[in-house]
Amino acid sequence: MALDSSLIGASSDPVVFEVEKGAIVKLAQAIGDRHPDYRDGVAAPPTFPTSFRMAIPGLADVDPARFLHGEQEYEYARPIRAGDRITCVARIANVTEKDTRVGRATFVVAEIDGRDEAGEPVFTGRATLLVR
Amino acid sequence: MKAGQELQPLRKDPVTKVQLVKYAGASGDYNLIHTDDETARRMGLEGVIAHGMLSMGFLGEYAASLAGPQKVRRLKVRFAAMVRPGDELTCRGIVREVAGGRAVIEMWAENQEGEKVTTGEAEVEIG
Repeated sequence: MALDSSLIGASSDPVVFEVEKGAIVKLAQAIGDRHPDYRDGVAAPPTFPTSFRMAIPGLADVDPARFLHGEQEYEYARPIRAGDRITCVARIANVTEKDTRVGRATFVVAEIDGRDEAGEPVFTGRATLLVR
Repeated sequence: MKAGQELQPLRKDPVTKVQLVKYAGASGDYNLIHTDDETARRMGLEGVIAHGMLSMGFLGEYAASLAGPQKVRRLKVRFAAMVRPGDELTCRGIVREVAGGRAVIEMWAENQEGEKVTTGEAEVEIG
C-alpha cells in the first residue's frame, strides 16, 4: 500500500486490550509518577493508551526508524481503570506531503478510538507522524 | 484555578538510560533509537534519545497532579526537541481558561537550558 492520500479513511480491524493493574503500575513507574490511584488501579496515567500497540493501516511495512512523532493528543470520556476491556480501532485521518527542516516528509494523522464492552467511548487518540 | 495563573512547576529527576529501557518495556515502544546507542548513531544521532511519549508522560503526571488522574479530560502535545539521558526536565503551566467546571492549562516541559522540548495543553475538570 502506497503511503499517500489513498490511505485516508483506511481502518484497522478492532483489537481488544485488557487493562491490567500491573501494566498501569509499570508505566507509572517508568514515568516516575507516584500517584496512589495507579497502585489502586482506579485510574491509569493519561498516556496509558500509548501501550495499546496496534498496526496502523499502511504503515506496517515502514521501518520505525523513519518515523518521527510530531504531535499526540488524547481525549478521555472517562478514566481508564484496571479490569477494563477496551476495543480499539485505528484509522488514517489524513496524509499530506510537506517540506520540513529535514526535507520533504509525509505527514500521517492516525486516530484511534477506544470503547468499553458496552460500546461506550473511553478515549480517542490522534497522532501526527512524520515519515521521512 | 484562575485564568492567567502560573502553576507550581514539577521538577523531574534526570532522565536515565535505565528509565528509557523501563519505558520501552512498559509502553511497548521497542524502537532501538531509544535504548541502543549503536542504532541511534546509525540514525545520525549522538546516542539514544528519550521516547517523546515519556515527556508527554511527564506532562500527564503534571496534569494529574493538578486535578487528579480521574479528572484529566484531554492532553495534547507537540514534540519540539529531543531529550537525552541526563536531561533534567521541568513541567510548567499557565491556566488559560476556566469555564463550565473545566480549566484549559497551557503546559510544557523544558530542559535544564530552559529550552521547551514538549509543548501542549491539558483540559481538566475542576471541583
